[in-house]
Amino acid sequence: MPITAQIDLPDLATRFIGQLAHCQRLGLTVHHIETNKVELKLPYSTDLVGYPDTGVVHGGVITTLIDTACGCAVVCAIFEQFQSLEISPTLDLRVDYMRPAEPHKPIYGLAECYKLTSNIAFVRALAYQDDVEQPIAHAVATFMRISAEMVGDEFRQALLGQVDTQASAKDGQQS
Amino acid sequence: MTTAVSVKQLIKQAKSDNDFSGLLQHVPYAKFIGMQVESFGDELVFKLPANPNNIGNPVLPAIHGGVIAGFMEMSAIVQLMVLMQTDSVPKIVDFAIDYLRAGYHKDSFVECKITRQGRRVANVNINCWQTSDIY
Repeated sequence: MPITAQIDLPDLATRFIGQLAHCQRLGLTVHHIETNKVELKLPYSTDLVGYPDTGVVHGGVITTLIDTACGCAVVCAIFEQFQSLEISPTLDLRVDYMRPAEPHKPIYGLAECYKLTSNIAFVRALAYQDDVEQPIAHAVATFMRISAEMVGDEFRQALLGQVDTQASAKDGQQS
Repeated sequence: MTTAVSVKQLIKQAKSDNDFSGLLQHVPYAKFIGMQVESFGDELVFKLPANPNNIGNPVLPAIHGGVIAGFMEMSAIVQLMVLMQTDSVPKIVDFAIDYLRAGYHKDSFVECKITRQGRRVANVNINCWQTSDIY
């Protein structure tokens, strides 16, 4: 059922990230949004170091950044194309690490949902610091689309950023 | 920050004590997600206790897929370090993961199998599970 409310994609993406406890702990923020593309920013933290001798962040953090950026791109792409709120679980993810991330600098995760079918979303992503042409990592992922009903009222309202009566009534009709 | 400790020394110590948790204590990210390790003879089993900070899907709730991946990557690194006994920490070239089901908000476990150990690159097969009946 289409959602008729006027929603800005950056707001939707920000609220989506805000709902994920682990992403809050990492300090992820939405940096840039355009059609089918989402860019997230990960600030540097010594808590995330994987190589104590050099201060380089752990590969797992890059994977999490990329997975989140991809998932967020899928949510936004589905919303743009179908005016529907779905959360899609990751089916598979492959990350190539090209170079270590430089310590004390933020890392950007840029994901593009380049194909959306009725069941599957295909996404590619990059992680980089200063120059998108010199990426830290490159990734491809697929996500499974699940029905909008699976999202749950509470989460849907959190994504819509509406708890007012009008939105509740609309949500009530949907489920 | 801890001062630089010889990785070789750490592994040697861990092997003689048969306690590999010291290795994880030196990696901030391992502490950040809260992972642990136990050894059963020569086998290492890694454990990621349920932790509300690792949630990535508040609806189920389920662990963030990236945390599961990071947990598996870190497990493979430790497994390789223990096998190789080198002075350096292995760097990951690439990592591919198939998610078979949701990782629920409970304890998760990892076991690694090194399928090939070359001079410069190694291949590691990593399995992550929560309930022991099927992966």
